[in-house]
Amino acid sequence: MRVHVDPERCQGHNRCYSIAPELFDIDDLGNAHEVGDGVVPPGLEEKAQLAVANCPEFAISVS
Amino acid sequence: MSTRPPVTDFATDFDHTDPRWVADPYPIWDDLRVRCPVAHSDRYGGVWLPVTHEGVAAVAYDTEHFTSRAVVVSELRPNEFAPPAPVGLAPPITSDPPFHALARRLLLPAFSPKAVAGYEVFTRELCSDLLDAMQGREVVDAALDYAQHIPVRVIVQMLGFPQEDADLFRRFIHMILEDVGQSPEERLEQFEGGEIDAYLDERIEDHLARPREDLTTFLLEAELDGNKLAPEHVRGTVLLLMIAGIDTTWSAIGASLWHLAQHADDRRRLAGEPSLMPTAVEEFLRAYAPVTMARLVAQDFEFQGRPLKEGDWLLLPFPAANRDPAAFSDADRVVIDRAENRHAAFGLGIHRCIGSNLARMELRVALEEWMKRCPEFTLVDPAAVTWSAGQVRGPRSIPVRLG
Repeated sequence: MRVHVDPERCQGHNRCYSIAPELFDIDDLGNAHEVGDGVVPPGLEEKAQLAVANCPEFAISVS
Repeated sequence: MSTRPPVTDFATDFDHTDPRWVADPYPIWDDLRVRCPVAHSDRYGGVWLPVTHEGVAAVAYDTEHFTSRAVVVSELRPNEFAPPAPVGLAPPITSDPPFHALARRLLLPAFSPKAVAGYEVFTRELCSDLLDAMQGREVVDAALDYAQHIPVRVIVQMLGFPQEDADLFRRFIHMILEDVGQSPEERLEQFEGGEIDAYLDERIEDHLARPREDLTTFLLEAELDGNKLAPEHVRGTVLLLMIAGIDTTWSAIGASLWHLAQHADDRRRLAGEPSLMPTAVEEFLRAYAPVTMARLVAQDFEFQGRPLKEGDWLLLPFPAANRDPAAFSDADRVVIDRAENRHAAFGLGIHRCIGSNLARMELRVALEEWMKRCPEFTLVDPAAVTWSAGQVRGPRSIPVRLG
């Protein structure tokens, strides 16, 4: 499983970062991006899905 | 406030300061969602009101047909007070692209989760002091004795203004956000009377003379395109931080305590399971989102079948979007462990509330400290609770019995 933040859609709500800081990081402006290549380590799949389901801007996808 | 005629039908004559809307807007929005997803009123010179999540989101994302030049609906036409877009009176909330992004980028680092974490100890101590002051009393007012003091003192601290000015701040905010039913003459006089500007200019002068480590100095030293910000930009932004950061968060803290005072199951669950607080905070923000924004129609166009005209107001009720059953299951129920919660309490799109991390921290800390000290509390009388009128909705008096 892999997560990805669409930088065009992200508005810096920081919901993903508070739910799963293992999978998402934010820059100084509060914009989120996936950690590394976005691959979700085993055991964090549920957190990844939660991050998707809580993004107000529908900016996160899993593949 | 001048008296306003009662609303005949909310679909065709709504008024967001009507006593029924102020007391309980949710059934009104539920009804409108079914009858007309975009309501209209001739009041305030003409206002539109989308009430679905889809409609609210569509406006929030459309910066071409809607301008943010004026964001508080009142009887005063924006041409009479608001400087033209893209800068506006209080950048970046009153700014449009492309200037908006520049003004916003300047402020964002000061409100990042890391920057905000630096104020958590101050906030916790402040809450603790307020709770100390309530000790020994059987009945307290969760809004007046507690919630209303928290955000104002945090923002005063961030700006580096004297803590004793907190009461003055609250009065200014009331003038801007709640006195919207005044005649245009009264409202213009209040702005042009210059009391708020004079106060802010004095504080800015003081910071220019004695720079220090705070947000005001940060703004005065900030550069946009290699130039220092114009004094009216700094003043506008300080005003924005005051207005946007105080009534709103005070409302969210108050509404959450109001809910907990009436729901023993949620109260006891949170007291026994403090790790649930961040999830509960998001649910309180969804269910009791305080802020309705506004836009002006920038050009004539048809929106969801309605003929919008340039210069019309449009109310942008994020709290109604958050209660739309098409977007949330059990939309009208408060589910403190709601796992999927894409609420729009802080807006959507480029104007997402810049202080959202600060508001969340204050709300979480305020509830944590209250629950630690007063896990059991109930409303003295549900009818005694009063709510603010206007675009920021929250309880202004919540008498509760402790223990």
